[in-house]
Amino acid sequence: MLKIKNLSVYYGERQVLKDVSLDVHSGEVVALIGPNGAGKSTLIRAVSGVIPVRSGEITAGETDVTSLPALWRARQISVVPQAVSMPPAFTVWEAVLLGRTPYLNFLGQTSAADEALARRALEQVDMLHLSGSRMDEISGGEQQRVLLARALAQSTPILLMDEPTAHLDLRHQIDLLKLIAAQAREKGLTVLIALHDLNLASLFADRMAVIEGGQLCMAGKPGDTITPEMLKAVYRLPVHVIPHPESGAPLVVPEVS
Amino acid sequence: MPRTPLLLSLLILLLTLVLSVAIGSVFIPFDELWQALRGAGNETYASILWNIRLPRTVLVMLTGAALGISGASYQGLFRNPLADPYLIGVASGAGLGAVIAMSIQWPYSFWSLFIVPLAAFLMALLTVSVVYFMARIGHTVPTTNLILAGVAISSFATSLTSFLMLRSTEEMRRALGWLLGGSIQIGWTSILAILPFLTIGTAVLLISGHALNLLQFGDDQAQQLGLNITRARGVILSAASLVTATAVSFSGIVGFVGLIVPHLMRMWTGVDYRRLLPLSLIGGASLLLIADVIARVVLAPQEIPVGIVTALAGAPFFLWVLKRAKNQGFW
Repeated sequence: MLKIKNLSVYYGERQVLKDVSLDVHSGEVVALIGPNGAGKSTLIRAVSGVIPVRSGEITAGETDVTSLPALWRARQISVVPQAVSMPPAFTVWEAVLLGRTPYLNFLGQTSAADEALARRALEQVDMLHLSGSRMDEISGGEQQRVLLARALAQSTPILLMDEPTAHLDLRHQIDLLKLIAAQAREKGLTVLIALHDLNLASLFADRMAVIEGGQLCMAGKPGDTITPEMLKAVYRLPVHVIPHPESGAPLVVPEVS
Repeated sequence: MPRTPLLLSLLILLLTLVLSVAIGSVFIPFDELWQALRGAGNETYASILWNIRLPRTVLVMLTGAALGISGASYQGLFRNPLADPYLIGVASGAGLGAVIAMSIQWPYSFWSLFIVPLAAFLMALLTVSVVYFMARIGHTVPTTNLILAGVAISSFATSLTSFLMLRSTEEMRRALGWLLGGSIQIGWTSILAILPFLTIGTAVLLISGHALNLLQFGDDQAQQLGLNITRARGVILSAASLVTATAVSFSGIVGFVGLIVPHLMRMWTGVDYRRLLPLSLIGGASLLLIADVIARVVLAPQEIPVGIVTALAGAPFFLWVLKRAKNQGFW
């Protein structure tokens, strides 16, 4: 379980996150939504320990992670970043094995158990057949799945994702989100995922956290948060919200008139 | 780690070692070489071997190894294919440090021999820090900035070095040849003086392969995978600078070995720094030994500084990498 309490973050003197509090339970997928520049990536980066926290608490299970050394934090929280600026010459296999870093000795030697976990992770994202390929030989979508495999190999109770579907085609978007939802349910994984696509968020997330101007302005079930009023207020966009024909989940379509 | 590249590179090193002790103004035939190594046979050969060839060969081997592994480390640290101890100005900085130490007290005694690499190390650290902070934009070090900052700092350090040498003694003038990459002939003593520094620096770099692998993915991902990037950077930068400075202290400024070797190794076995670092260490030693043999025979009996040979081969290679770096295929 991930607990964020009164989190404030600054870039220099500019406050980019204001007093954000959010709980994500074990087994739950929470989608972080909001317009560009609202602070979604900043929240992911702050929770993962990459940018310093000015005030507030972040706890993983019972552990306060804000003061934890990087190595220990990496055993609690893994991150799937956006697939930009990948070093091209690493192979898929080498990249996924790096997910085992928090458990390796000072030489970075991997054991058979580490390799088994990496292989399992590659199987889960359907990339095992490309494990010998170099990162620049595969597509952007495949790179994104490699990064997910790396995070799964990291075997942490908490998984953070920053726009993991940005480079994927529709089928792979659905496959990836299904896989994550299944992981959360089966393994009790705690998932916080920044998403642009409101409809995908609505279909696959248990709860939504709406962030705007560095503040968390709403959190709740998709049915309670995805409303024309919220979208007008946060995205400044007039929309219709219609129910999904099977599940009834709220879907967003823009007004055309 | 696959054994073949390691064994093959060790075999090449062994071969170049034999060539280096055999070839020179006097050629020692292989059977005589064996005799002399065992302390038997022709006394002239034995004397040449133990007093001239072997110390020089060992010094050149250590220098090449140092330049190879520090080049690979700088390239990984800056995530830049053109980071070489010579091109980024660390070597010139170390040279300045060494000359300052020598101009205060020419190293006659064993203990003053220690001071030279220490002074070189301090100046190397200063240089690399200045170059890094000048060249950095955000979290990246663009190639152009790195080379520009390197050239500027390097020229500055070289001018100061020349100034110090002009207003100095007879001994310092001898150092001119050394600066061009000709080793000072002090025999075994200088090797003993650099060995501790070299061993420590190399050992630290050899265990930094995994950290360098992580750093290739950028600061954010490296931290999220569990690396303390500030500490890792500081440790690798210090160790690479120590190793470079030690090499420069007694072998002068030898360019391009740190550029050529890691690239060849990368093309051969890929980018995993846990492989690349030991292979660059061994490959650097072999390459500089070959360059040194060429330096000894090309105008025999006169010798030319080995730095001239490496620059002749290295400058075209540099241009090739520069062109290739644009499409970044193997980097």
